[in-house]
Amino acid sequence: MNIQPLKFALIGVAAALIGNTAVAQKKYDPGADDKEIKVGQIGPYSGPASAYGTIGKAIGAYFEKVNAEGGINGRKIKYLPQDDGYNPAKTVEMARKLVEEDEVLLVFNSLGTPSNTAIQKYMNTKKVPQLFVATGATKWGDPKNFPWTMGWQPNYQTEGRIYAQHILETKPNAKIGVLYQNDDYGKDYLKGFEDGLGDKAKTMIVAKVTYEVTDPTVDSQMVSLKSSGADTFFNITTPKFAAQAIKKAAEIDWKPTHYLNNVSAQVGATLKPAGLENSVGIITTQYGKDPTDPQWANDKGMLEWRAWMAKYYPSGDVTDASNIYGYAVAMTLVQVLKQCGDNLTRENVMKQAASLDMTLPTALPGINIKTGPDDFYPIEREQLARFDGKTWVLFGKVYGR
Amino acid sequence: MTSADRRLAWIGGVVLVAALLLLPFLVKNYRVFQFNLVIIYAIAVLGLNILTGFNGQISLGHGAFYAIGAYAAAVMMDRMGLPYWATLPVAGLLCFGLGFLMGFPALRLGGHYLALATFALALAVPQLLKYKHIEGLTGGVQGIVLVKPEPPFTFRLFGQAFNSDRWLYFFSLAVAALMFLLAWNLLRGRVGRALVAIRDHPIAATAMGINLPIFKSLAFGVSAGFTGVAGGLGAIAVAFVSPDSFTVFLSLTFLIGVVIGGLASIPGALFGALFIQFVPNIADEMSKAAPGAIFGIFLIAFMYLMPLGVMGIVRRIWARWRPGATRPLGQR
Amino acid sequence: MEGLLHQIFSGLANGCIYGSVALALVMIYQSTHHINFAQGEIATFCTFIAWALINSGWPYWAAFGATVVISFVAGVAIQRIILRPVERAPVLTNVIVFIGLLVIFNSLAGWIFDFTIKAFPSPFPQKSVLATRFFSAHELGSAAVMVCVLVALYAFFRFTPVGLAMRAAAQNPDSARLVGIRVSWMLAVGWGLAAAIGAIAGMMVAPIVFLDPNMMSGILLYGFAAALLGGIDNPWGAVVGGLIVGVLENLLGAYVIGTELKLTVALVLIVGVLTLMPNGLFGKQVVTRV
Repeated sequence: MNIQPLKFALIGVAAALIGNTAVAQKKYDPGADDKEIKVGQIGPYSGPASAYGTIGKAIGAYFEKVNAEGGINGRKIKYLPQDDGYNPAKTVEMARKLVEEDEVLLVFNSLGTPSNTAIQKYMNTKKVPQLFVATGATKWGDPKNFPWTMGWQPNYQTEGRIYAQHILETKPNAKIGVLYQNDDYGKDYLKGFEDGLGDKAKTMIVAKVTYEVTDPTVDSQMVSLKSSGADTFFNITTPKFAAQAIKKAAEIDWKPTHYLNNVSAQVGATLKPAGLENSVGIITTQYGKDPTDPQWANDKGMLEWRAWMAKYYPSGDVTDASNIYGYAVAMTLVQVLKQCGDNLTRENVMKQAASLDMTLPTALPGINIKTGPDDFYPIEREQLARFDGKTWVLFGKVYGR
Repeated sequence: MTSADRRLAWIGGVVLVAALLLLPFLVKNYRVFQFNLVIIYAIAVLGLNILTGFNGQISLGHGAFYAIGAYAAAVMMDRMGLPYWATLPVAGLLCFGLGFLMGFPALRLGGHYLALATFALALAVPQLLKYKHIEGLTGGVQGIVLVKPEPPFTFRLFGQAFNSDRWLYFFSLAVAALMFLLAWNLLRGRVGRALVAIRDHPIAATAMGINLPIFKSLAFGVSAGFTGVAGGLGAIAVAFVSPDSFTVFLSLTFLIGVVIGGLASIPGALFGALFIQFVPNIADEMSKAAPGAIFGIFLIAFMYLMPLGVMGIVRRIWARWRPGATRPLGQR
Repeated sequence: MEGLLHQIFSGLANGCIYGSVALALVMIYQSTHHINFAQGEIATFCTFIAWALINSGWPYWAAFGATVVISFVAGVAIQRIILRPVERAPVLTNVIVFIGLLVIFNSLAGWIFDFTIKAFPSPFPQKSVLATRFFSAHELGSAAVMVCVLVALYAFFRFTPVGLAMRAAAQNPDSARLVGIRVSWMLAVGWGLAAAIGAIAGMMVAPIVFLDPNMMSGILLYGFAAALLGGIDNPWGAVVGGLIVGVLENLLGAYVIGTELKLTVALVLIVGVLTLMPNGLFGKQVVTRV
């Protein structure tokens, strides 16, 4: 028997074992080393959805704060935001750039359902985390098929179901009119809503009208809804159109029970332009504190947020809830990276993301972030709230697991 | 052309071909993907140039043909299981047919009115793609996710593997070579001269016996067909189609590519494609706060320095250097 | 029946918005024979200037007047500085410059004023004797403003020497130069007027649709369609075109095809009309010599 190859093999194995033990403390994947962690992000900094670009900027400002305070376990975050102009073909290009050229550890809070759909397969094939995507589409919580993708905010279908449940409980003979944006976001909400109503969906929903992002106004749609005789209104619109809808409803003297989707349920960005008196009685679900809500004026978490805005993002709008969103989701990522310790492999990043149990200072009381190997929905709890002309008054129970 | 010119052209051609063939092995995957997109956009821009540059019909709606080609390829690959290379001829022919039909109302409309009509087309197509009654076919707002084709064989060169991206690059390059050859053949013959005559003086052209309606519709059809093939390639390369990928701005982008590259120029399409692929990225690197403003400044600066496009400058240099050379086709 | 009436009136109100943008487009076309794609974004930017003035304490009509003047000057400046170098270049080169301006103004507005929507005040109080069930006071007020602008324009072109000079410069630049008209400056004045009209349109529109950098992108298309429908060289046609487009869109969406395809069908119909009447409803037939 030839002993030579066996000897070499044994030496090789021994060396590997020794080598492994020596560096067992620190493990790195591309994008992480002793000094820094590279985090990529893709968002619409130009184009039709550029209003959401401020989320990416807020995230950058938060990372600046973390870096100024010493970084994460001694490592600074290197933030690499990319612009995709809300065009999925560009998102693919940017994702490839981040993974193959910039060699980031993970891609974080990419925005938009079609944009994330375009890169989902690629990210999972390349085994790079597609973490805390900035969309509420329900399909991101699927660890079995897409173990490298995770959402963050409460998903749209759950929210739609909550409203449906509330209507069934409080107004079972309601005649419902729905206005929704003709895209994935609008249809996802509608699906949850219709599922929540079950068999009664067909009889209760008397009118469903859509609008496009390029439409100048939704005045015609509001007139149609009023003419349909509906006495309950589910408003699935983004802030600009939500404000128009609220204002028009008041102008044409239509006073339905008004359910507004969480995406637009901000006092500063939607209700104030629409007219606070016109918005009395609107119902929504909330999971975070509204920046212009007087009841949180002296809340510790909000004071910290305001101080951070003043110091690190002075050009940001303090009435824009997108800036709270960016702050909160960045904080979540920082927690994940902290939990990774010195094991900064992509696999460990996903593992830690799936073992979260924390509360954000900007979240409403009772709302937490919890994930598990089968639970890829970090924030699931939300609570109904009604606008009283000045602030969102929470009522009812906290829904969700 | 003198023999010295001919030799120069040959050397230039060989260098260019060598560069194109070796390029994917000198850079990383993601750059190969970007160059693949450049080739695809070059085909689309060439298509628009046939219509707008050579035939003088302005179209703000070629994004629609790109979208139709892309969706045709996607539906055939995903819903009917056709192999990716078989989808391209179908996409091209489908768009040729639609473009030809579009030519008929275009006959009555001129200048700005045609611009509006084509603009309307560009707006209508994404809406139609989202229409709920054909959602089963088109995937509606969710779009269609495709599988990227694998290369039929692999090898290594300069340390880089011949993978899916590189295979698609060469595939697109082959298709582009074919399309460019087709365009060159078409435009330097009777058809090309007829198109240019129609652009420059439609009344005289009719008086000389050129059948205006047929040629104008043909120009539309061929132009749309080219852009449709480009759309199909785009769908395969990106492996995803959705209505949001094909907004009105795509049509404007192709127009930008045509003008920057040079109207009525076949090689100009490549320069135009390089511009529309890379300059937005450069603008993004330069400013996160207002990338659009930087891009706009680039556009205006290019128009100041090269009002006739890149090929306009190239031609001027060539004419000054070699005054005896023939005039390229399509130039006044 | 009430629903139908309401849709029609709402369409007329929207139509006034489209008509005012169409008016600005026609204005530029009449003086330069170009369609300015950047018109909407310039109007939005000027409206932001007005908003900034009002926010820092200026009374409404003072801010309104100041903005109109600033817009006029800006329009002249744009023509003199940015467009003059490409005056003699082919049409498409100019189009690319317009697209560049569009992108620049949009981006600048977003950078300086950010993207959250802003409420813009209306000078016509909601609860006044003018308000009816179908029209808000503001909608009636802005329609009145537009009619005033239209009449002022008509008077300007018809009865003033500058207006006459502008018409001459647009129709026959060479002959105009021969009689001593500074054609180049006429183009600049045309741009200034168009910018001013655009700013007025923006300030009338903003209270209804709320002010944000992308405010005009949807409206510009309708304005474009309205201008062409009415005849690209006819200001009255632009307004009528706007009203038709507004009502058509509403009725199609509410009663015919549903909101998902109303834009498509509206545009198809407009293109159909244009194929039958290639110069628009009220446009002049241009006859060229062979």
